[in-house]
Amino acid sequence: MRHRLDIQIGPVAFRIGSAWKAPLDALEHLYASYPAPEDGLADFTVRLEPERPWRRFIRPSVAIKGDYVLADAAPVSLAHGLLAAEMGMNLQMALGQKRYLLLHAATVEKDGRALIMTGESGAGKSTLAALLGERGWRLMGDEFALLDMASGRLLPFPRAVSLKNKAIAVMEAEVAANRFGPRLDGTPKGAIRHMRPNADAIARMGEGATPALILFPRFGEAEAVRGVGAAEVFMRLTQASTNYVALGREGFDALNRLIAANPALAIDYPDTDSAVGMVEDFWRARAA
Amino acid sequence: MAGPLYIADNEGAVLTVALDGLSVLFHQPSGMTHIVAPPAPEILAALQAGPADAPELLRRLRALYDFEGDEAEDALHARLDELEAAGLVRRA
Amino acid sequence: MNARLLVRALRDPASVGDCDWSGLISAARAEQIIGSLAFRMEGQPVPARIEAIFEAARRDAAYSRTQALWEAEMARRALAPLGVPVVLMKGTAFHAADYDARIGRSVGDLDIMVPRASLDAVEAALLDAGWERMKEAEGYDDVYYRRWMHELPPLIHRTRDRMIDVHHTILPLTARPTPDAEALLADSVALENGLRILAPADIIVHAAAHLFADGDLAGGLRNLWDIDRLLREFAAADPDFWGKLRARARLHQLDHDVARALRLARRLYATPLEKRGSRSFSLTDRLFEARILARNGWGQERRKLLRFAFYVRSHWLRMPPLMLARHLWTKATRKPARS
Repeated sequence: MRHRLDIQIGPVAFRIGSAWKAPLDALEHLYASYPAPEDGLADFTVRLEPERPWRRFIRPSVAIKGDYVLADAAPVSLAHGLLAAEMGMNLQMALGQKRYLLLHAATVEKDGRALIMTGESGAGKSTLAALLGERGWRLMGDEFALLDMASGRLLPFPRAVSLKNKAIAVMEAEVAANRFGPRLDGTPKGAIRHMRPNADAIARMGEGATPALILFPRFGEAEAVRGVGAAEVFMRLTQASTNYVALGREGFDALNRLIAANPALAIDYPDTDSAVGMVEDFWRARAA
Repeated sequence: MAGPLYIADNEGAVLTVALDGLSVLFHQPSGMTHIVAPPAPEILAALQAGPADAPELLRRLRALYDFEGDEAEDALHARLDELEAAGLVRRA
Repeated sequence: MNARLLVRALRDPASVGDCDWSGLISAARAEQIIGSLAFRMEGQPVPARIEAIFEAARRDAAYSRTQALWEAEMARRALAPLGVPVVLMKGTAFHAADYDARIGRSVGDLDIMVPRASLDAVEAALLDAGWERMKEAEGYDDVYYRRWMHELPPLIHRTRDRMIDVHHTILPLTARPTPDAEALLADSVALENGLRILAPADIIVHAAAHLFADGDLAGGLRNLWDIDRLLREFAAADPDFWGKLRARARLHQLDHDVARALRLARRLYATPLEKRGSRSFSLTDRLFEARILARNGWGQERRKLLRFAFYVRSHWLRMPPLMLARHLWTKATRKPARS
């Protein structure tokens, strides 16, 4: 492959090859100050390739390939090459990660304990996690939570936060301009802008945390909270996991231990500030 | 006409965790996880005594649990079909 | 770079010293053989990150085995009342019979073979037990498939999301060699649970047929590894094995393909073959070898022209020219069927 970039994110090293320079330049800028893998090796390989040889130049179109692929994945325009690289990394994790139990969740840490926020897409957990990450919490990840099944600890996976539509402005107001990637309009999900986690999150990407609280946030409703029964938590967490099924008994045991040890709350919130307030309240209550 | 005889795996084959009213089962032969509600776990327990057809199973369930009502038999057949589809119960 | 490093690692794990580890991993993943590689490399000195990858791959292979055997069991339960022989094939068979070839072997679909006369009953029983037809199987392609292919259109299970391929012979009816399906069934071996597998010699014949006479050699590297593992085990267990293999290959009209499979297995994996003369490695063999090794350290397929040539060949083999022309014509001019 013509161009190559290696990035370490938490415990995972990616090797990203590309037929074009631009997407990797954008990726390198977004992941500035992330370490390259110490051993020069990769856990997963992503490839950005032309769908057909001539599509390298003519209406350039990026097919997302790698160790693990989705057979019918639609290619992405070169202008959105950064998105293709991010999607490629997501795909490797979703399809290929078998070492850690993956939860589709945002996680933040304080005092060595972790808050797991999970739920449907669009529920606002990415934005919430990103905000908390600027307000005294450490952002461990906005997309994937990595559960080490033997120890029950969560490992960080601090990818660039994928902000969509209205969330972009929310974080632009909080965070320095040089921590953002380009604004990408016209994607299937609307406008997307990626945001680099802060220096603390990056410096401590090797530091895990013990889970303490599970939240199911839902945006766009008046403030409300209810406890979530263990069976419902189990069901929602397995639905939120791309690899639970493949992990057999170990995954079953680890998930049950996680649920037994940690309370779960469903919260409704009308805006992010109220959500942050609710989170701080529950966290204090949990610590007490 | 005699109905089918049902068999469940030995209970060692299934890891069960009770979670607020429901049970989460890990079925080792299939590697699959199932979330089930009563009387499914009770049916599996009742089959530990050996294969049984539906009437015999109903007798065992009535002896062990509070299994009342006219719809009990229909409910039992429905649950058995589900358990069979899930692979937790099979026919002899 | 091509897949030679991968082949060497499988053949002789101790010989892999410092190498392009990421290249090896990506090539292995692309060739669907990471599980087998992980077991072969167990105990060898490898970097920590690579060992963690291998460990996860070994665990994943165990899960794949559980799934494969479970699919077989669920098919057994659905088909037992019919009283017809159900013969497991390919990876699932290796696991069910505990052959060495099962080690690290991932399994995708369940492949079974049944007598042709029982196809309808088998399909009905499977549909009854939760399998479904795939949406594309409507209209002309379905008719063609059932008339000429060696298998039913694939079914997929509605909750487990796993496919089952029901074969009635090992090559399409349009291909030139005509294997003896009845002999395959008659000489199949029963397992403890009532399911069956092909006799050892027939397993090799099927593997060779699948490799050369039914496809474009995609996955050839893994198929030859299967053949290598199987041959070693069968030859060690039965001094008459080579004679039986020759006899079955002739019976099924697949002598050339079996012979080529043996030559390629020896070439890549140093499979010990019987002393008596096999031909030397021919020019055509080299082309096959090149096609099988056409994978680089990024996991990409190389040698586009060569692969295309084999792709054309695979269609040519499956279908006499006149039929191919008619098939392509009908495909091109029919109205697309939408259900």
